Amino acid sequence: MKTRRDFIKVSAAGAGAAAIGLSALNWNGVNTAQASNSQNPVSDEEMTSFPTYCEVCFWKCAGWTYVDKNNNIRKIIGNKEDPHCSGRLCPRGTGGVGMYTDNDRLKTPLIRETVNGKQGFRKASWSEALDLVASKMKGVADNYGPESFALFNHGAPGAHFKHLLHAYGSENEGEPAWAQCRGPREVGFSATYGSWIGSPEPTDIRDTDCLVLIGSHLGENMHNGQVQEVSTVIDRGATIITVDPRLSTIASKSKYWLPIKPATDLALLLSWIHVLIYEDIYDKKYIEQYAMGFDQLKAHVKNMTPEWAYGITTIQPDVIRKTAREMANASPSVIVHPGRHVVWYGDDSQRERAIAILNALLGSWGKRGGFYFKEALKVPKYPHPEYPHAHWSWKDNLDGKYPLSAMGITTELLKASIPEFDYKHQIKAWLVAGTNLPLTIPDKELFQTAAQSVEFIAVVDTMPMDITAYADVILPECTYLERYDTIRSAPHREPNIALRMPAVKPKYETKPSWWIAKQLGERLGLAAYFDYDDYEEVLDWQLKKLGTSLEEMQKIGVKIFDRQSGPLYLADGEDYTFNTNTGKIELYSTEFEDHGFDPLPKFTKHPEPEEGFYRLIYGRAPMHTFSRTSNNPNLYDLMNENTVWVNPKVAELWDLKKDQEVWLQNQDGVVSTFPIKVRITERIRWDSVYMVHGFGHKNKKLTRTYGRGASDSKLITNIMTDPMMGGSGMRGNFVTFLTTDPGKEDDV
Amino acid sequence: MRYGMAIDTAKCVGCGDCVVACQTENNVPNGYCRDWVVENVNGSYPNVEIELRSERCNHCENSPCVRCCPTGASHIVKGGIIMVTHNECIGCGACIESCPYDARYSHPEGYVDKCTFCQHRLEKGQNTACVEVCPTTCLHFGDLEDPYSDVSLALKNRTWKVLAPEAGTKPQLFFLT
Amino acid sequence: MKEELFVSGRNIPNIDPFLNIWHWEIPVYLYLGGISAGIMFFAGLFTVLGKEKEMPTTVKWSTFLVPVALVLGLFALFLDLKHQLFFWRLYTTIRIESPMSWGAWTLMFITPLSMVWAASYIKELIPGWKWKLGILDTIEDLVIKTRKPLAWAMMALAIVLGVYTGILLSAFNARPLWNTSILGPLFLVSGLSTGLAAIIWMSKSHFERTVLTKIDIVLIGVELFLIIHLFMGFLAGSAVKIEAAELFLGGEFTTAFWGFVVILGLIIPVILEILELIGFKIPIWIPSILVLIGGLIFRFIMVEAGQITRFLY
Ligand SMILES: Nc1nc2c(c(=O)[nH]1)N[C@H]1C(S)=C(S)[C@@H](COP(=O)(O)OP(=O)(O)OC[C@H]3O[C@@H](n4cnc5c(=O)[nH]c(N)nc54)[C@H](O)[C@@H]3O)O[C@H]1N2
Ligand SMILES: Nc1nc2c(c(=O)[nH]1)N[C@H]1C(S)=C(S)[C@@H](COP(=O)(O)OP(=O)(O)OC[C@H]3O[C@@H](n4cnc5c(=O)[nH]c(N)nc54)[C@H](O)[C@@H]3O)O[C@H]1N2
Ligand code: SF4
Ligand code: SF4
Ligand code: SF4
Ligand code: SF4
Ligand code: SF4
Ligand SMILES: [Mo]
Repeated sequence: MKTRRDFIKVSAAGAGAAAIGLSALNWNGVNTAQASNSQNPVSDEEMTSFPTYCEVCFWKCAGWTYVDKNNNIRKIIGNKEDPHCSGRLCPRGTGGVGMYTDNDRLKTPLIRETVNGKQGFRKASWSEALDLVASKMKGVADNYGPESFALFNHGAPGAHFKHLLHAYGSENEGEPAWAQCRGPREVGFSATYGSWIGSPEPTDIRDTDCLVLIGSHLGENMHNGQVQEVSTVIDRGATIITVDPRLSTIASKSKYWLPIKPATDLALLLSWIHVLIYEDIYDKKYIEQYAMGFDQLKAHVKNMTPEWAYGITTIQPDVIRKTAREMANASPSVIVHPGRHVVWYGDDSQRERAIAILNALLGSWGKRGGFYFKEALKVPKYPHPEYPHAHWSWKDNLDGKYPLSAMGITTELLKASIPEFDYKHQIKAWLVAGTNLPLTIPDKELFQTAAQSVEFIAVVDTMPMDITAYADVILPECTYLERYDTIRSAPHREPNIALRMPAVKPKYETKPSWWIAKQLGERLGLAAYFDYDDYEEVLDWQLKKLGTSLEEMQKIGVKIFDRQSGPLYLADGEDYTFNTNTGKIELYSTEFEDHGFDPLPKFTKHPEPEEGFYRLIYGRAPMHTFSRTSNNPNLYDLMNENTVWVNPKVAELWDLKKDQEVWLQNQDGVVSTFPIKVRITERIRWDSVYMVHGFGHKNKKLTRTYGRGASDSKLITNIMTDPMMGGSGMRGNFVTFLTTDPGKEDDV
Repeated sequence: MRYGMAIDTAKCVGCGDCVVACQTENNVPNGYCRDWVVENVNGSYPNVEIELRSERCNHCENSPCVRCCPTGASHIVKGGIIMVTHNECIGCGACIESCPYDARYSHPEGYVDKCTFCQHRLEKGQNTACVEVCPTTCLHFGDLEDPYSDVSLALKNRTWKVLAPEAGTKPQLFFLT
Repeated sequence: MKEELFVSGRNIPNIDPFLNIWHWEIPVYLYLGGISAGIMFFAGLFTVLGKEKEMPTTVKWSTFLVPVALVLGLFALFLDLKHQLFFWRLYTTIRIESPMSWGAWTLMFITPLSMVWAASYIKELIPGWKWKLGILDTIEDLVIKTRKPLAWAMMALAIVLGVYTGILLSAFNARPLWNTSILGPLFLVSGLSTGLAAIIWMSKSHFERTVLTKIDIVLIGVELFLIIHLFMGFLAGSAVKIEAAELFLGGEFTTAFWGFVVILGLIIPVILEILELIGFKIPIWIPSILVLIGGLIFRFIMVEAGQITRFLY
């Protein structure tokens, strides 16, 4: 039995014998020189365009892939009809071409093998690789039951492999979108309004008079539709209030920037609630009609005055009052934005609850300029036999922990993979599709131990990302520009769907996920679940049920449907029942109470950095998506490494110079693998440092991004887990600077 | 007709979409660019201001790059667009030296290249690629002599500046402040 | 604190972080052009003055260097071109406003002229030389007959060439270090001086050397004056000009410029030349070589430093 333990030892011994083994096998084939770019621009008429929706992030903008006469993909342009992008893709979507052209792409299936005691990868045929994965899956099912096989996924491949997993008999599936991303806000909002926020967020930004951002760094967080709508807020001169320890781009465009002391947002939110209530400027009619628990709330925040919050947040009381009044003036056309990546300090569901409550007091839920009532089209399921019953799932391991988690908790699946955790049910093998776990899941030790513990790992990816180094079998998927995928049907003001279709044939020997899933399914005797030759059949069947067809969608790409669920907003005084226990907006959460959690959010103090240490905060750069784009040739051009932002006072203290390379060491002594350049900037508080997530790749096969910048994930070893939903609070980590090379450290 | 562009620094988020869009539209090789984004930070914490500017060739009315070109490869076309004819350019670099905005670069194939205001698109009645893509719609393009063009309207209601006016090139990029 | 950065990661080869599109080829080209201008000017001058006999190196022998230098210079320019296949485009148009075009055309005339001039002395240099083609004899006769008008033309073209080597740079408004009207005269004088240095080095006649050395001392004096003037102009100018001057006043070019160009390339040679005039025995090649090297370094520094300077906005 192979374990990853061997591999990791090998790679830890010096420059990485495994890596040498890989290069000896010429893993990625010949690095063909970049094709000449000398051709003049080609006019749109001389090209053919194919509909797609973007896979560079999860906003899923629809667009057109333009292909010239020589079958080169030249550009991707937004679909004007698409409500997600209105014809304008973000830089990552525009640079999506680079996902296709990147010479470092995975090209063939690869199988781990040991030659003379050294582990490496060798090229394999699809049938050999698929046979191997299927036989391992069979083995797991025979020896432990199919439930012991887990799927880690994110993005489009997920749908295909979830189908395979369920057909095979397991429900152990997780994506970072929950416990590493937006779980807490869905918990907080659904406790309050009985509805998730979901994606895209139903924030009516284009009509708002006051936008309040708690950390959300729209403009760097380049979720397209929101950014576009925010630009109209600036045009209209409406108020933006941004709470962020760093002068984010949007903070610089805001009427108020509240440079809050990190980890104290809940105090600010509670004091805002206090001001609204005790200055009597909340939306009384709305609260009376729709909400319950007001009196408890009022009593709860009695002492949470701006003066109280000032001592905690460092935000001046008069600024707190002024901003609260700004919100009240704009009410109900005001949005206190729920944020998206909200796993910060472990009490995140409660912070999100406070945000939800604040919105309720402002009467913004269901109101123009607040939150609209979203609607999505239900895409009918392509017929298949019923899924077999799974005897257990990750939930059964929890013993009542994280009762409000509604999606798989990735970190729990990892723990279940480690025998030492002694979980009731064990995970024995993984399929990883579209998620780069080593950079995505904080607490690398947990991930690595889990990866060493399981018997088998198959990875479906497009790039030789760090995750592939842990694989036993690597299955190369073609990029989103080269394949069909599921129909995009996301909630919006109007229900709409979008089609993704291949613009060119898959490069190299890559294959789409639907094909890989089907092939595995057939090998596992699950052919009945994949009753089609080509995914086109599935799409055409579904589209016809929706009143269109594959043929039509290939021409238009996006189709908008009429709303069925009623108007976008609540009419004045309209009766409305919320999907909560009480049918009301629950200012006092009965759901939380039932589970033994505080029904009203309480502020708890979080640890602060010791002297010489700074809180590590991180975020997005507008031109990159997590770790997936850092090797993209077009986007690499825009930003080829991350820097660590340091306040000039701190730089002076440490005698740091602009662009000086430093290593970061965290409170647990973990040091960044690579050095990172210093950016000295007034844009950040002196108690924190900031870096963009997604850099510091360790796989040499990523010829551009390898070793560039540092990984925030590696420095996040203290996880503050949300007791309600299992979110990985990542911002309780503190770092200090090492100005000399700490030497090659053992990276096990 | 006189083409010009207005860049709204109050709305630009510095995302670089204009740069990638230009790269893919105009086949600008990796490692090069016809447009770029500058961030200026002024003040001290917590009173800090940021100016974000998407810059490119200014299509100067008084263009030193055209004057200094020994072959006529750099020339002015309709609407005041400064163009470079690739197979007339000898790659002497004079125009690069002459540009106060460092807007030109030497293409790996030898000739000099720079922003063309997407002339090939204007000819077809399309807008420039960078303007078309900008997610914040902070770029405005059009005929400065037409009072109702997007760019004229943008300039009418706002204060603006040009870069390095003292260089005397009469630039046609206007930065809304 | 002020901070300025490219957020789109701009890093264009030879343009960022500062312009560096012109490398060694351009200073070498300017240098060889300057020397050629110097030699041709004095060859023309002493011919017009009717001093062929007294100044044989100046009028005759040194001119053999000129075609070689010009061709090498042109070759250097050619090497600088990035789109060389289209070199000929220089000669399909005349761009009055383009110094580069001027230079190309000036060289177009001056190079054959210098060849003809030198060739017309070849029989004196190599007794028994025979042209293989009859027509060449006819041309030679013609040249010898029209030597005076040709000398005038050569002086005029030499001045154009000498000034051009400076104007090529000074025409660039965008580079504050170059954008000064002093650069034309300065490069002309420096070119004349390096030309003289080359002749002095070659000359075996004491009389000729003395005459030329006297002229050189005057030229170097003028050059020093122009340099001081240049910096006074910068320091009285706008912020970008002051910044440009600072590259030489404490900045990264300070030692190279004041040490190698001004002291070793101008002041020491002028002292040595004066000493020689008043009777000290100085090996003649020492001041010459110092002037020649100083002139070369001067052009390297000016081209390099000028590209660093730019408008700030
Ligand atoms: N370009 C780009 N855009 C993206 C993505 C991407 O990868 N690239 N990813 C998308 C996804 S999946 C997500 S989830 C979203 C995430 O985007 P958001 O939800 O906007 O992310 P935030 O968690 O708000 O994190 C970033 C901001 O939080 C600030 N911050 C740090 N600590 C604190 C604190 O204690 N209090 C407050 N108030 N602020 C703090 C940081 O300074 C930073 O400005 O972005 C989406 N958009
Ligand atoms: N330290 C730290 N950790 C974080 C965050 C953070 O800010 N800091 N952000 C968190 C958030 S909000 C989120 S949503 C998650 C995101 O987590 P992930 O979705 O895991 O993020 P990526 O790093 O982009 O990894 C995506 C992987 O999918 C692969 N991929 C891309 N396209 C395709 C495709 O078409 N097919 C297949 N098969 N594979 C593909 C990429 O090559 C890459 O390996 O990360 C979370 N983790
Ligand atoms: S926001 Fe950008 S990266 Fe995300 S789907 Fe849209 S275009 Fe693609
Ligand atoms: S695309 Fe628009 S917002 Fe983005 S950098 Fe360019 S001008 Fe600014
Ligand atoms: S910006 Fe530069 S390249 Fe463009 S016209 Fe002006 S001088 Fe010429
Ligand atoms: S490089 Fe080309 S375009 Fe520029 S001046 Fe020389 S010939 Fe003209
Ligand atoms: S106008 Fe066209 S060529 Fe100029 S920067 Fe924009 S996209 Fe590029
Ligand atoms: Mo996320």
